[in-house]
Amino acid sequence: MAKRSAPEVNAGSMADIAFLLLIFFLVTTTIETDSGLNRKLPPIEEIEDPPIIKQKNIFTVVVNKNNQLLVEEDLVDISDLRELAIEFLDNGGGDGEDACDYCQGARDPKSSDNPEKAIISLKNDRETSYKIYIAVQNELVAAYNVLRDREFMRLFPNESMSFVEANKKYSDPRTSPEEKERLKPKLAEVKLLFPQKLSEAEPSKTN
Amino acid sequence: MSKFKKKKGGDLPAISTASLPDIVFMLLFFFMVATVMRDSTLMVKNQLPAADQIQKLDKKDRVMYIYAGEPSSRYADKYGTQPRIQLNDKFATVSEVGAFVLSERASKRQELQNVLTTALKVDGETKMGLISDIKQELRKVNALKINYTTRIGDYFQNID
Repeated sequence: MAKRSAPEVNAGSMADIAFLLLIFFLVTTTIETDSGLNRKLPPIEEIEDPPIIKQKNIFTVVVNKNNQLLVEEDLVDISDLRELAIEFLDNGGGDGEDACDYCQGARDPKSSDNPEKAIISLKNDRETSYKIYIAVQNELVAAYNVLRDREFMRLFPNESMSFVEANKKYSDPRTSPEEKERLKPKLAEVKLLFPQKLSEAEPSKTN
Repeated sequence: MSKFKKKKGGDLPAISTASLPDIVFMLLFFFMVATVMRDSTLMVKNQLPAADQIQKLDKKDRVMYIYAGEPSSRYADKYGTQPRIQLNDKFATVSEVGAFVLSERASKRQELQNVLTTALKVDGETKMGLISDIKQELRKVNALKINYTTRIGDYFQNID
């Protein structure tokens, strides 16, 4: 008995194990992708006669060189910005053809007529820090997203997901074309209810 | 006496190395898949600001990158500490951005030339003046789709 040597381990299945592991890692690892806030710059051509916009339809956000936030000429904290922007966009103070039947805001006649007309104007100083600027942008986009989520849930309760999730699903390459085709008009409809009108003025010079 | 005899065939058999190539290939494939190719080395500080209302920036072939920020410590004595723009592998001035975008656009396939996004990877400490200048240059060359690349996080992390 003692003389017998250990039998050689069969290595034939080693390759299978290696491939199994390889496939496991292939499936589970995700390549790091960048993410960020998508924005569209206005074209440089000057519009001949710019449309007249009522002051009450403009929500001015100014970030000064000390990174302080002025909303409608009041000094506010950035944590209140989202709420203020939602109030403004969702106000629906117009009547007649400007009325907004889906708005749930205060219907204050001094604030925006409807989301279609409501414009957020963001102005920054050359000395404003980029971090703060991104934080402000983030909060303003968040305001739009909150309202779009609400409308999406109201219009399409069967989807059982929010606008942001649906949008993510739509832009995901793994989603099937049929699913995309199905989501596309729904997303477009909600986008139309709350169009993202975020105007960026050219920065003021520091004196 | 056989008890004290040296064992003849009792030593361990050599471990088979037949699977070694498999393991090596496996590792190779894994790293090939998981690594992100970075086509330019960063010469600026790049602590991105945080945001949570973000959209993914996929399809790498449709993106061109513009970096900006303070030159990193290796380059600080040569280029100073004023925030600068980095295009590909070298520092650039604002006026070079337009030419860079045009050459990048020309290097892409025809059908992608109109759907290009410019990703601005800017250090959080940079002042908006520089970014506004870049944006102005981008508008001049009609590169209107931009993406402020951020890391995922609460906006609160940006306020210190």
